[in-house]
Amino acid sequence: MSFVDVWKRHDFRDVTRSIAQKTPAEVRRALGRSRGNLDMEDLAALLSPAAAPHLEEMAQACHQRTVERFGRTMRLFAPLYLSNACANVCTYCGFSAHNKIRRKVLNDAEILEEARVLRSHGFDSVLLVTGETGRVGRGYLSQALRLLRPHFSGLWIEVQPLPEDDYAALGADGLSAVLVYQETYDAAAYARHHLSGPKADIEWRLGTPDRLGRAGIKKVGLGALFGLSDWRADAWFTGLHLRHVETVHWRTRTAISFPRLRPHEGAAIAVTPFNERDLVQAACAFRLLSPEAELSLSTRESEAFRNQAFRLGFTSMSAGSKTNPGGYSSAPESLEQFEIDDSRSPAQVAAFLRSRGYEPVWKDWDSTYDGFTGRLASAQAVAL
Amino acid sequence: MKPISANTLVIAGVEFTSRLFLGTGKFSSGEMMRESLEASGTQLVTVALGRVRTGGEPDDILGHLDGARYRLLPNTSGTRTAKEAILAAELAREALGTNWLKLEIHPDPKYLMPDPIETLLATEQLVRRGFVVLPYVHADPILCKRLEEAGAAAVMPLGAPIGSNLGLESRAFLEIIIAQSGVPVVVDAGLGAPSHAAAALEMGADAVLVNTAIAAAEDPVAMAEAFRLGVEAGRTARLAGLAHMPSGESIRASATSPLTSFLGEPVP
Repeated sequence: MSFVDVWKRHDFRDVTRSIAQKTPAEVRRALGRSRGNLDMEDLAALLSPAAAPHLEEMAQACHQRTVERFGRTMRLFAPLYLSNACANVCTYCGFSAHNKIRRKVLNDAEILEEARVLRSHGFDSVLLVTGETGRVGRGYLSQALRLLRPHFSGLWIEVQPLPEDDYAALGADGLSAVLVYQETYDAAAYARHHLSGPKADIEWRLGTPDRLGRAGIKKVGLGALFGLSDWRADAWFTGLHLRHVETVHWRTRTAISFPRLRPHEGAAIAVTPFNERDLVQAACAFRLLSPEAELSLSTRESEAFRNQAFRLGFTSMSAGSKTNPGGYSSAPESLEQFEIDDSRSPAQVAAFLRSRGYEPVWKDWDSTYDGFTGRLASAQAVAL
Repeated sequence: MKPISANTLVIAGVEFTSRLFLGTGKFSSGEMMRESLEASGTQLVTVALGRVRTGGEPDDILGHLDGARYRLLPNTSGTRTAKEAILAAELAREALGTNWLKLEIHPDPKYLMPDPIETLLATEQLVRRGFVVLPYVHADPILCKRLEEAGAAAVMPLGAPIGSNLGLESRAFLEIIIAQSGVPVVVDAGLGAPSHAAAALEMGADAVLVNTAIAAAEDPVAMAEAFRLGVEAGRTARLAGLAHMPSGESIRASATSPLTSFLGEPVP
C-alpha cells in the first residue's frame, strides 16, 4: 500500500481531536512501553497536551535512548544552496516565485568555490538545496553530484520531488540521501499555503518517500514545517510516514527534522503556535517512537536553545549555515530562504559540543557506500 | 473516533475474530478433533495434504470438519524443495478448493527445520500462481521482510522447534519481526502451554498456531478451551497496555539532572 492510501485513511481533524483527548493514563502507558515498542496511539499520547506534565520524564528517557544508540556524538553538516529560482508560490518561503528577489543558479565554478569553503570548515557531508525550476532538474543535479562526489563523503539533496527513475539515476551519480519535508499533512492548510506551481500537488509530494524507497536511495528525511497547521497532528502524521517507510522500505535509513516557520522575505502569514517547549516534546516523542531515526536540530533555532536541546534526542546539527546560493564564498545574504538564528561558526559549535562531553562528527559516511571507492573518488577529484 | 490502529486480524482480506489457529494432526480420533476445534473457537485449521485422501473417498479429517465453519489452510508438510512444495500446493488447491496455503518445506526429517532459501523461492512462485501464501519459517527478521516483499499474506515464524512444547525460545527475534512486519505475524510451532500463547499475544503477535500441545494433551478438548482463553487473555493484555514489560525494561528512566528546566514554566 502506498503512503498516499495510508494518509487517506486518516482525517486530519479527527486525528487532531483524538490527540487533544488523550488522557494521563494513556501517556503513562506509552511511557511504560519497552524500547521501540510504541504504537501510533502511544505517539498520539506523547504528543498530546496530557503529556506536558511528563516532559522531564520524556526528556530523560529520550536522552537515555539516544545515548544507548548513538553515544554522545553529534553529526555536523551544512546546507549548500545551489539555486533560489523557484516556480512555486508558497506563502511562507523567501524563494516564492512572486517575491522580487534576484534569482541565482550556481554554475560549476561557483559550486566548487562553495565546496572549497565548506571543506575548509571541516564539513564532509553537504545538503544540496534548490528551489523548484526547470533549470534545476535531473541534469543539473547530476552534474552537481559529479562535481562534489570527490570532495564529500555524504551528498544529500533537498530539492523538488522527482520521479522514481530520476532518483535511481542520481543514486548512480553518488546521491546518499534525500530530504523531502511534507510541510503539512493537512490538505486544507497545504492548499492555503501552496498557491500555485508544481508543489501544489500534495499527493505527488506525499508519495515521494515511496518513490525514494523503490529507487533504492539509502536515506530519506521526513518532517513537517511546524506553524502551518496543528503541530501535534502534523507530528503524528510524520510519525505515520516514518512507520510506513520503516515497514515498507525497510532497507532505508530515516531522518526527521523539526523546522519551524521563520521570518522571511514576502507576505506575513498567520503562524499556528509551536514554541520551544513543543519542539522538545515533539523530538522526545519521536525518539521514543524510533530509537534509530536520526533527529536533526536546525540553525533556525537560537544558540541558547540549541546549547540546551542538543541532548534531547538530536543526532545531527547544521552549523554556520548560509541559506542563499553562493553564501559561503561571496554573495550577499539578501537572497536567503529564511533567517538563521544561531550564527556561530562550525568551529565554535564543535568547540561547544566538546566542552559538554560530546564528539562532533564530521564524517559518518563513505563514498564506498554509494558505489564509489575512495581511491576512485580521489582520482576524480577536481583541484580545489 | 475509532482507534488509530485497527483491532481486527485481517489476512488477505479475510477477517478473523479468533486469533488461535489449529493443526489437525495427532488427534486420537476424528471425533476428538472435531470437539477440540469447537472448544478452541478457531476459524482457521491447517490440513496436511499428505493426510488427505484426494481421490474423493471418505476422509478421516475432512469428514469431521464443518466446511462452513472453518477456513482450511492446506500445508505442504513433507516437501523438501520449492519444486515439491509447488506441486503439492497445486494439488491441494485442486483437492480442497482453496488457494490458501501454509508453505512449509523441511528437508531435514529429524528436527523438521524450515529451509529459508527454498521457502523464499517457493513463495515468489506461488504468489505469482495466485496462492495466498503463509510461509512457516525460522524467527528470522530479514527473511520475514523478504517474504513480505515476495507477497506472503502473513509470516509464521517458529517459537521453538516444532513439537517441542518449549514455548517462546525465539522471543528476542519474534519481537523484532512483530515490530517491523507489514503483514500479520502468526507464531507457529513450539508453543506447549496456554501461557506461551498468551505471552505471544501480549508481545504483539497477531495469532498463534497450535497443534501438538492440544492434540497430545490428556484432555484435548479442555486444553483447546484453555488455549482459547490464553489467546484471549494475551490479546486483551496487549490492548490494555502492560504496566511493566516481562523484560523489566521500560522507557521510564530514572531522573538525573533535569534536562528541561531551561524551558521555564509552561504557558497555559
